[in-house]
Amino acid sequence: MEYILIGVWKAFGLILSLDREVFSITSLSLRVSAMATILASVAGMPLGFIIGTENFFGKRVLVTIFNTLMAFPTVVVGLLLYSFISRIGPLGSFGLLFTPWAMVIGQFILATPIIVALTISATQGIDPRVRLTALSMGANSLQTACTMLSEARFSLISAVVAGFGRVITEVGCALMVGGNIRGHTRTMTTAIALETAKGEFAFALALGFILLMAAFLVNILFHWLQEIRG
Amino acid sequence: MEKQLFTIEGLTKRYNGKTILDIPYLVIKKGLIYGVMGPNGSGKTTLLSILSLLDRSTSGRICFDGVEINGRGNDDSTLRRQMAMVLQNPFLLSSTVYKNVAYGLKIRRWKKKKQKQKIEECLDMVGLVGFERRKVHELSGGEAQRVAIARGIAVSPKVLFLDEPTANIDKSNMETLEKIIQELNDKYKTTIIFTTHDLRQAYHLADEIILLSEGKVSKILSRDELKDYP
Repeated sequence: MEYILIGVWKAFGLILSLDREVFSITSLSLRVSAMATILASVAGMPLGFIIGTENFFGKRVLVTIFNTLMAFPTVVVGLLLYSFISRIGPLGSFGLLFTPWAMVIGQFILATPIIVALTISATQGIDPRVRLTALSMGANSLQTACTMLSEARFSLISAVVAGFGRVITEVGCALMVGGNIRGHTRTMTTAIALETAKGEFAFALALGFILLMAAFLVNILFHWLQEIRG
Repeated sequence: MEKQLFTIEGLTKRYNGKTILDIPYLVIKKGLIYGVMGPNGSGKTTLLSILSLLDRSTSGRICFDGVEINGRGNDDSTLRRQMAMVLQNPFLLSSTVYKNVAYGLKIRRWKKKKQKQKIEECLDMVGLVGFERRKVHELSGGEAQRVAIARGIAVSPKVLFLDEPTANIDKSNMETLEKIIQELNDKYKTTIIFTTHDLRQAYHLADEIILLSEGKVSKILSRDELKDYP
């Protein structure tokens, strides 16, 4: 018990003293996850909107696939991505392995199904009168789509927040394609795994508290948005 | 002599093998108020939806102000911008009264100063001066209906469709709405087509009454003829 308390004490010390390495790792994690979430939103929201609003053959199967991919194991994503971007893989010439961009790509693959699935759900929940109202007021297809998305804005923001929450806390993919290289691809989650194994408990705890805080804030934001929508 | 706004020839609408509308010939003249009456399922709302380009006919020819519109459905926003439809249970965007009334003007890219002038004029017309910043969830049923009408008249349509405009409101609001409809026609010579079950309302407001029964026009009566109709 004593070593836990000492660890907690030292962890707060690292945070309050603005330890350079702690905050460098935190900064990289936030940047990688934010970039991946932005890209996943840009790709996922229009796709989710189209699937949610259009009727086509195979729609139900596609929705089921995206719902299933929401639980895609992070190490499996890492493994598949690794096989593509390693030196002997088909995309090896791009030199992406063990770079922050590899982690962005991996987290993009993790976040996109979540954003697509939640966008589908959000658009299916839009009052059908929104579309009729927009059309009856002379809106063209794009204006109608924007109006519908605006009406679902709180749900869509929740989708983005959920996507971010998934990727900021994942470790499997970041470890496999990032390599956990100090000062280069070490994120909060990979650093926690490494430092704990090394016995650097205080350092791991400091990052753990920050990660917990990030996850906590994400969840508070998610629930606050749900309440506003309600 | 009034000019023709709509000319309908051989209009049919079939859905799931059932004939919803079957109108061999009908003319809607400019500048008049039309009441469309009939029991539930007689095709009143379907007729309004087809004329307002929110729905497509199965067959037939419809001309709007000299332009053939049949088959275009809701693809042609240019034509739909000459019309406005207030649904039976109108949907107001989750925003303020001002932004709702501004919606059609924003789509048409009116300048903000012109929008403001028009919105103030329309809110005055529907008796909602001072309601600009009110959130829509704070409105009563009658107030919401008036905002929907203000939104419709703000775009200065050639024709305003009202689907049972007084169906869900109390007597006092009903009388207010009827005054607004009459004033709109008197002041701007807007053609108004409304559906109703209320014989008194049809007599009081409409210049001509179209009686629908099982999708067919059984009779077209003037106000005086309606008085003597059994």
